[in-house]
Formats: sequence, C-alpha cells, structure tokens
Amino acid sequence: MSATIDGPDQTSRKVDELARATVRFAGDSGDGMQLVGNQLTNTSALAGNDVATFPDFPAEIRAPRGTRAGVSGFQVQFAAEQIFTPGDDLDALVAMNPAALVTNIGDLRDGGILIVNSDSFEAKDLKLANCDENPLDSSDLEKYRSILVPMTSLTRKSVEELGLSTKIADRCKNFFAMGFVYWLYGRELDPTLRFIDAKFGTMPDVAAANIKALKAGWAYGETTEASISTYRVDRAQLPAGTYRNIMGNQALAWGLVTAAHLSGKEVFFGSYPITPASDILHELSKFKNYGVRTFQAEDEIAAACSTIGAAFGGALAATSSSGPGLALKGEAIGLALILELPMLIINVQRGGPSTGLPTKTEQSDLLQMMYGRNGESPLPILATRSPSDCFDVAIEAWRLSTRFMIPVLILSDGYVANGAEPWMIPNISELPQIEVTHPVAPENGEEFHPYQRDERLSRPWALPGTPGLMHRVGGLEKDDITGNVSYDPDNHEHMVKLRAQKVANIAADVPLQDVSGPESGDLLVLSWGGTYGACTTAVQRCQSAGLSVAHAHLRYMSPFPRNLEQLLGQYEQILIPELNSGQLRTVIRSQFLRDSEGLNKIKGRPFAVTEIENKISEMIG
Amino acid sequence: MSTELPVLKPADYGSDQDVRWCPGCGDYSVLAQMKKALAQMAVPLEKLVFISGIGCSSRFPYYMNTYGIHSIHGRAPAFATGLKSVRPDLDVWVITGDGDSLSIGGNHLIHCIRRNVDINIILFNNRIYGLTKGQYSPTSPIGKVTKSTPRGAVDNPINPLSLAMGCEATFVARSIDVNIKHLGETLCRAAEHRGTSFVEVYQNCNVFNDKAWEYATERSVKSDNLVELEHGKPLIFGKDRDKGIRLNGLEPEIVDLGNGITEDDLLFHNEKAPEPSLAYLLTRMQYPEFPEPIGVFRNVERPRYDAELNSQIESAKEELGTGDLDTMFHAGETWSVS
Repeated sequence: MSATIDGPDQTSRKVDELARATVRFAGDSGDGMQLVGNQLTNTSALAGNDVATFPDFPAEIRAPRGTRAGVSGFQVQFAAEQIFTPGDDLDALVAMNPAALVTNIGDLRDGGILIVNSDSFEAKDLKLANCDENPLDSSDLEKYRSILVPMTSLTRKSVEELGLSTKIADRCKNFFAMGFVYWLYGRELDPTLRFIDAKFGTMPDVAAANIKALKAGWAYGETTEASISTYRVDRAQLPAGTYRNIMGNQALAWGLVTAAHLSGKEVFFGSYPITPASDILHELSKFKNYGVRTFQAEDEIAAACSTIGAAFGGALAATSSSGPGLALKGEAIGLALILELPMLIINVQRGGPSTGLPTKTEQSDLLQMMYGRNGESPLPILATRSPSDCFDVAIEAWRLSTRFMIPVLILSDGYVANGAEPWMIPNISELPQIEVTHPVAPENGEEFHPYQRDERLSRPWALPGTPGLMHRVGGLEKDDITGNVSYDPDNHEHMVKLRAQKVANIAADVPLQDVSGPESGDLLVLSWGGTYGACTTAVQRCQSAGLSVAHAHLRYMSPFPRNLEQLLGQYEQILIPELNSGQLRTVIRSQFLRDSEGLNKIKGRPFAVTEIENKISEMIG
Repeated sequence: MSTELPVLKPADYGSDQDVRWCPGCGDYSVLAQMKKALAQMAVPLEKLVFISGIGCSSRFPYYMNTYGIHSIHGRAPAFATGLKSVRPDLDVWVITGDGDSLSIGGNHLIHCIRRNVDINIILFNNRIYGLTKGQYSPTSPIGKVTKSTPRGAVDNPINPLSLAMGCEATFVARSIDVNIKHLGETLCRAAEHRGTSFVEVYQNCNVFNDKAWEYATERSVKSDNLVELEHGKPLIFGKDRDKGIRLNGLEPEIVDLGNGITEDDLLFHNEKAPEPSLAYLLTRMQYPEFPEPIGVFRNVERPRYDAELNSQIESAKEELGTGDLDTMFHAGETWSVS
C-alpha cells in the first residue's frame, strides 16, 4: 500500500494508514539537517518501523551559506514492512531555503508534500541560490501539496521568553521543522526529548529552546489550517528479537571488536582520517576498556605499516581508508601478502578518481582491490551489502584471515557506511568462536619453519617473544618452508602460484552462492556491495509482476563462491547493476567467459529501485 | 636440568644466513658490535625484533638470530610503532640508512621520534645510495658527483641529528663504524634509554663512496676533527687534547687551552639538560669549521607513546571495567519485537 493522496483540495483532517513513507530534510549544511534526519530515523525505529537512511552532504564543512553547493540532505524511509532502501521518490520534502528547494524538488513525487520555510525566500536568499525568480511562485509547484511555514519567525517567537540571541534562536528552527514532520506522521516526541536532554543537558537554555521549537512545530501542524491528512505507519513485522539502529561504519567497528573477542585477541587499528572511513576510527577509539588500541598514523602508508607490525605481534590488526588511501597503502599490502600475516584492510569507497567526490558513494575500487598492486598479488575480498551486514562481514573476514594466514580486504562504500538500519542484536554466546593458535618451540629441538604449510596452505603464526621460534620475514621472495631469502627461479614461480592457490582455496571454506528466485530462468541480476537493497527490491517487484528473474548478491568477491560459474549458466541473460562503468562485469567476463549486460551509474548516488526495475523490464518484460 | 640461564655469546645472536654485504663494508662492523652489545646486556633472543626498510643496511635483520621484519622502503619506524604498541614487552630495533630514513621515509622518522616510541633507531649514514649503485643521498654534500649528479649535487644536505633534535628526540647519539669500542658503548646506551633512541653511525661505503668519513676515521687527523662528548665534562679535543670548544654568546668557537684559557672556560656537556638548545648547537658543529661531536648529545625522559597508549587502556579498564559486548550492543535506544 502506498500513500493515499486525495489531491491538493483535500481539506478534511483524517489519518491515513501508510505501508511506508519517504521523507527528506534539505537545508543549508549548517541547518542541522543530519541531526533531524537521525532523530526521525531513531524515533521511527523505536516505533517499530523498518528504516533505511541516506544522508547526503557536501564535501565542504560550511559551504557558502544559502548556496546550492551548501545543501545538505537526509533521507529516511520508514515502513510497516521490511524494506531494503531509503526509498526512491519522496513522499515529503522539507526545504529550509530556496537552494534546498530547487536542488531537491525533482525527487518529490507528484502529489507529494512540500514543507517550506517561507521566511527564507527573501530577495537575498534567492540571489544566493541563483534563482532569478521565486520558485514558490512557479506553477511547477502546483502538482505538490505545498505547506508554507514561516519557520524562522515562528521559532523565534516560540523561544522568545528565554531571551536568547536571534542567532541562537534561529539555530532551533530545525527542531521546529522536525516537530511539524512528527505531527504529520504521528511520531512520539519522547525519544527526541530524551536526546535533547542528553545532548544539551549542560546548556539548559539551548535544551529548553530546542524543546520549545520542537513542540511549537508540532502545535503548528495541529492548530493551523495545514489542510492535509496526517499519516500513520504501523509497526513492521520483523523477526523477533531486540533491535537497535546501526550505521555501517559503526557496525564494522563493532564487528572488529566482536571478532577480537571471539578469537581471544585485542584490536589494533592503525588509520589515517579520510572521508567516508573516519567514523570507524572514531568509533573504535571509544573502546579502550575493550582493549582496543587505535593509532592515528602520520599518513596512510604508516597506517598500513603499523597494522602489519601489530599483526606480526599477534593482535587483531586492521586498517581502514577510502580509495585514495588504499592507493597509498598498495605497497604495504603487497608486503602483508608476501609475509602471509592475518589482518583486515577496509576500503570505504567513494567517488573517484583522485579526490573525486569524497562524500558521495561509488563502487569503483573493485578492480583496484583486485589488481592494484605490483607483481602477482591476489587477495581475498569481501563486500558489505548493508549497514548491519558490516558487522557480519568483519567477523567473517577475520575468520578467513586467521584460518588462511592472509590479509583480507573489505569493500564497503559511503552509502553503506553512513546509512542506518535496524540491527537485531546478536546473542554473543551463540556466535561461533574463531580458533587462533600460535606455535611453541618444537620439543625435540627440530628447526622451526615459518613457511611450513597445512592442508589449506596456511602457515603458522609464530609470535615474537616465543623462545626457539626466532625467524625473519620480509618483502624479498622467500624459499618455501624455510622462509629464507631465495632468488631461485623455480622457487619464485612456485611461490607465486602457491600464494594464488591459497586464495583460491578459500572458496572451499565459504558458503555456496545463494539465489533469490527461480533456479533457472530468463534473467539473473548479479550484484555486490551497497546496491543490495535496490536490487533486492527491484527483483522482488519484477517477480511479483510475473517476470522470470532471480537475484544473486555477492559477498565473496575474491575468490568467487565455487558454484558461481555453474549458477550463471542457469539463466538466459545476466544483468550486473553497478555504481561504476562495469568492473564486476569485466571480472565475470574474464574469469568465466560469460557475457552480461551492465546497468551502470556513476553519479555519486545510489540506484533508485525504479532504475533497476526498468532495466529488468527492458531486458525481459 | 640446569636452572641457570644459558650464557649467550655474540655469535649466538647471528643467524645461519650468509652475510652478503660487499667485502670491506662498514656494515660488518655495526653487525659485530650489535651482537657483542646484546650479548653483554644478555638480552634474550626471543625478546628482540629487528625491523628495517630497504637498502644495504636494511638486510641487517636477516643476519640476526632474532625476530625480524625486512619491510618496505622508509617505513620501518611505522612497523615498529605498531608492533611496540601491542607488544611493549619486546625490544624493538630499527635499522635504516640515509636514503631509507631521511628521503623516502622522512615522514615516519620524524613522527616516530616526536611520539617517543620506545624503540632504538640506528641510522647507517654512508652519504650515498649503495643498493641502487651510487646515486647521491640526502646527506651527500653539495657538489657531490655521482651517477645521478654528474655536475655535482646542488641541494643542501640534511643533518640527521639536527632533524632529530627538531623533533625533540629524547636520545640522540653519533658513533663511527670503525670506532668499535665507542660504537659498542653507544649501542648499549641507546638500548638502555626508554623512548626513541636515535643513533647516527658514520658508515663507509667502500664501493660507491669510499672515504666519505676519512676526516673522522683517518688516524692522523681524526683527533683534530672529532670531539668526544662525555656527560659533565668539558669539550676538549685534538691529538694533544689542547683545544676546546667555548661558547661565545650563542656561537661555539675553538680555543687553545693555556694562555689564560682553562677547562673551566669551556662548554661543559650536559646530556640531561631539559633545554635542548645546547644539544642542538652541538649537532650543528660540522667539519671542516669545527670538530664533529660523537657520543650522546641528549638523553632525557619524556612520556613514551607506547606506554601512554597502554596506560589509557589500563585506566579505561579500571574506570569502566573490562569491556563487555552486551553493554556495547545495548547502549542507547533499543526495542524488542516479539
């Protein structure tokens, strides 16, 4: 069921039941849009909805006020059913200024609700936003249900008695906007009141002002002739359990701490600040009492090298960055590979090349992670599909890393990293332990061989400090078994193949690729990473429409699951939607000689469900 | 079974690998003195980790019967920082050269020193790129003719010890490959210091830059060109120990002892001085204007990164209790679905 809209002339006040709603707050980057978006998300989740979010902000901290470049947005979909994306078209848009209006109005569906701060449409505001005419006067707005609210003046009035400066009073207008939206969707104020108390508790005036603004926004909706229905989005039927909201980077950090716990290790995290990966460092730096050691290195290279040093010392060592940082870490990753030490290397992808689009999402580092090192240097790669999935991927990556004594690359992206969704809190005692052993000196006085291998081709993780196991590791080619430096031509070829075989062996240790939908048919949608939600929803809709389409979403990018080739053969056509020019498509073709169709978007934005749906229909509809 | 610990001899610290430096290379001497110094201090083999970058000297770890990492060019201090952060129980040594630590690895060197990570950095300075067969290095003098500077180097060299002082190093020393007694003692002093110990060793590359340190090693002239620093003692040098260094305002000057100038007029060395300016001034004394100081320039205490990092972990555990995953997962707002 979608929103019931009775048209712009509808005047009666009634409550409509909705299956889901998509709302976006858009304003200046200093307007606090991320804050109100997060609050609506949490409040909706606490109300039992499924939620998915899409924060979208400029790379500049404070781009010039009122300009289009400075617009910051936060989109959330909340639903009475399971959802996988933050929604395509908006049911409601809050625009705090002309720049926010003109840059976002295109996403509001016909008949959608447009809520505008009408106080910020003065001549100077229009000029800042490069508007020759007032967009509020445009006949284009007639297809929406516009609600013009003088938010700035109403907010000032609502906090008048506190005697605050105009500047501080004006900062509360995001809470006014939030209050209005809460009224519109019948949301509880309590969670946000608790938030205000916790966040502004030390500044009672500010706390009081925000509360007044929030309540004033709600009251405005209730008492004025807002001329619209209000809406209700019921609880979603999620599997039983205790839930919380979790963001992707947060889940990765928690996954690392949990993986350390499950393997009897402590985390060392060497990292250098970079968007959109820095939040992993921030999150982990809070957990000192969990034995987490974070090291903010002098640069990306030092971050990677310190991680290798800590891995040699026996820690759960991990580093994180985004594409540009991974380029700098390349040489060190090659060393980690030839040393055969366990560690995790996280790439939260963003738009590239070069500095590219730091705050926008993209999937354009797959080939860099697969091939972006000197020499023959394959490594296992896992990709995260959603915020909560980051938790599981971190644990699985550490399991493989220690089991095979190999660095594991984790590919996330800006969309997954900053998005939020409900996460069912796991029962820790039910999570499988990760068995890690370290050798002690052979009792019979035999020589220790650091590159002696087991059936998986994994080598022992001997820790410094252990008597009798002294050994040297290094970047020069090493003799198999002994690890001594070797320039022998046959040995080098043997070692190159052996290291590749070790990666290939991982396929036997990971689950077969699963498929949603028919086991064979007209079309398989093959996807990876953060496009999971859009692809899942699009395929479900097409399946409901009777199309013969299935969906396989990859977590294991290298090596691929061992049944993937056979699985690809079950379908007439393959569609690979990617936020790049076709990187997975290239790899699939080169590994399996299987052609596929690409749906490629390189705009720094995630797929809309309809984009994928339309492509599927075009191919087999 | 004997309860006594076996006595380790210098040879026990050497690995079974053939040493592949050129015959006559100064690196042999540093290797020999390192083994001797470690045996003298009776450091258990398993507690030692030698970490190097890339270059001739960086092959060093392969020749030690300890733990070791032959890492990538210039980055050894970063590996050492990561290792020492999680394993403060280990004795970590970084072996590096002038190209490795001052050119490609300059960034890691300065940050390691400013953090005062409790490791020892031994810089083998031969003023040339040896492993790549003879290009000039960041410590080559202006005018140096090499394969890559046929008309002479035009860029001003870096002074390793001045750089270390600029990073507020807590232990700064210099020694010479052929001055084996002094070298051995200096390595022991570096090992004893808590914090980053930075030691520059004048090391001869007899293939690509022979006699670069001749003024400091040639028997007939070295006494006039070196001044040995000793804590609490005046700076006296010369074959007949008849010359000294006196401070004239903020400038050092060479004076002849006698004629009314006594030892008391000279600069007295205080390696423990909290104020680093005099130690810095000593690093600026360069041949041929001055005799070059060898020995320990500075030896002070300052908080160490690895110790501080680990003490934050301990204090957080004391204050908050050892972290529990359930607490982490349930912090903030949660809701139940039945």
